Amino acid sequence: MTAQVFIPKDTTAVALGADGLALKMTQNIESRSLDAEVQRNGSRGMFWLEPMVEVKTESSRIAFGPVNASDIESVLDAIDDHLAGKSIDHPLYLGEVEKIDYLAKQQRLTFKRAGVGDPICLSQYQGLSGFKGLAKAISMTGQEIVDEIKNSGLRGRGGAAFPAGIKWQTVLDTPGEQKYIVCNADEGDSGTFADRLLMESDPYQLIEGMTIAGLAVGANQGYIYLRSEYPVAHKILNDAIKRATEAGFLGSNICESGKDFFLEVRLGAGAYICGEETSLLESLEGKRGMVRAKPPLPAIEGLFGKPTVVNNVLTLGAAATILEQGSDSYKDFGMGRSRGTLAVQLAGNVKQGGLIELAFGTTLREVVEGFGCGTHSGRPVRAIQMGGPLGAFLPESQWDTPLDYESFAEIKAMIGHGGIVVFDDTADMAAQARFAMEFCVVESCGKCTPCRIGATRGVEVIDRIVGDQDRDNNLILLHELCDTMELGSLCAMGGMTPFPVRSALTYFEEDFGINSRRDH
Amino acid sequence: MNAKNNNVDQLIEQYKTLPGGLLPLLHAIKHALGYIPESTVGSIAKGFNLSRAEVHGVISFYHDFNTQPVGHHRVQICRAEACQSMGARQIESHAKQSLGIEYGETTSDGMVTLEPVYCLGNCACSPSIRINDDIYARVDKSRFDQLISELNMPELDKVEISS
Repeated sequence: MTAQVFIPKDTTAVALGADGLALKMTQNIESRSLDAEVQRNGSRGMFWLEPMVEVKTESSRIAFGPVNASDIESVLDAIDDHLAGKSIDHPLYLGEVEKIDYLAKQQRLTFKRAGVGDPICLSQYQGLSGFKGLAKAISMTGQEIVDEIKNSGLRGRGGAAFPAGIKWQTVLDTPGEQKYIVCNADEGDSGTFADRLLMESDPYQLIEGMTIAGLAVGANQGYIYLRSEYPVAHKILNDAIKRATEAGFLGSNICESGKDFFLEVRLGAGAYICGEETSLLESLEGKRGMVRAKPPLPAIEGLFGKPTVVNNVLTLGAAATILEQGSDSYKDFGMGRSRGTLAVQLAGNVKQGGLIELAFGTTLREVVEGFGCGTHSGRPVRAIQMGGPLGAFLPESQWDTPLDYESFAEIKAMIGHGGIVVFDDTADMAAQARFAMEFCVVESCGKCTPCRIGATRGVEVIDRIVGDQDRDNNLILLHELCDTMELGSLCAMGGMTPFPVRSALTYFEEDFGINSRRDH
Repeated sequence: MNAKNNNVDQLIEQYKTLPGGLLPLLHAIKHALGYIPESTVGSIAKGFNLSRAEVHGVISFYHDFNTQPVGHHRVQICRAEACQSMGARQIESHAKQSLGIEYGETTSDGMVTLEPVYCLGNCACSPSIRINDDIYARVDKSRFDQLISELNMPELDKVEISS
């Protein structure tokens, strides 16, 4: 058989030169008359190895990485040897893909197909158990589908961790001719890219999950609210929706079931706050993304005032897996009330950054040290920010906290969407605390005064503390300001911006000049 | 300007019946013209049965929408935490210094508009920048300079051809 040479087309691989590499690889394969062809796959999420080139023959699937254009000739020599049955001796050779430690140690459920094949090839998706969950859902009643999701213990993966089954039940129980499924793909947290990776590497899983949600609650229209910062995902999703519609998995009378489900991608416009579900709904309606007061819950009065399921990309993706494999098998993973798997995203100053899907319960240290292998700079890790820009900065004493929602809540931190940003010992934590406030200034929707005005005052107060202007009184002021923001804001933007600020103050006070003054 | 507004009128017709069609319309106008001229606000408001203030409110809420023309190329520097941990602040100051502009400004030759962006989802290979629809990973000062210099060439060619 002709060997398949896979080169990913996801954002990170492309950002590291994968497009040019694929072009040159194709030319060189032709000029060598090698029995091989280049295919574009999704990414496995081992980003420090991108662009990673995989070679699939009848008997094996091996990898090289990271491959630059200057490595093509030598990699092709190695592939030549491999096809001739000889052993491979190449510095970029990684061995069998599935046996690469980083991947082999994971429990991939949601990301099991990521990087395996062409993300928009329908037959490959179906060949890897795709649309089996949908087929089951079609044979079930709405209540039976909701019961499966409830039994799985699935909680929202966007950050708030609300039980998905309960949300779906509310929408199912709310009478209404028109209901909606909205996918929150406004993945704005720094250090997160799991939604992007799923949409770019396995878009049909999201489409399948949304269709299942539509069948469950009786909704015939879905929207994917995608952030405009993801141009590659935008193109792949639109291609996938077009193909799925042509093949009868979307649109009227899906899979001859007599049910309809229409799906459309809508682009955000660069507002972080639109990742908050009520702000997202306002934006989808064509308005300013101003946060709504709850109640009413979106499940009862959501998009255009109709009952609406709003779930994150990974939550909806997981729904497809749960229907396919059964809720009992899904809930076998995890600990306590955090069931299933968590897509950890390891980012920032880290040697081996990427997507790590694990059952809940692993510690932060195991991820950063075991998978990440330390910092990219080679310097010691100083702080870890978990859960995006509203997450706390964690000092080493807290790295043994198990990754589950409740354990993190206990230490005033959050798992959020699973992003981990690593900082080495050159990081200035006072500057990071100031940035947290600055970010809130830029991204606040402006509805709640403590968030809109408080963040601006927060930047000023931190500047005064660092500049040693009446430091003690300004520290009291900063804590009072944080209290006001936490208690007086409708959503997490104002309510949680104090988390990174306070954690930086608590654990890294010397960066604010506090200890150094006492030393004098 | 008239040609531009005719184009916008067609787009308004196309999007006004779409549920929640205002954002898709604004993206379409921006895609066609590079910005959303103030002069179109009145016709957008009429088409969508909104007040001019409401349309202005939406345009001004979102970072993506601008009412002034921008440069040929939109260069965005990621300012988010993951990129900061890998030296984005240095890239940021280098970009401002080498281009001679601040965020939100356009170089005097009209080539580049510089903007901040908060996360491109490329956080395992920081620092990242975006130029138009292309994202670049592990950008340092020299890579930034190289990308900017590559930008200028085809656009200069075009100018020569058209003159």
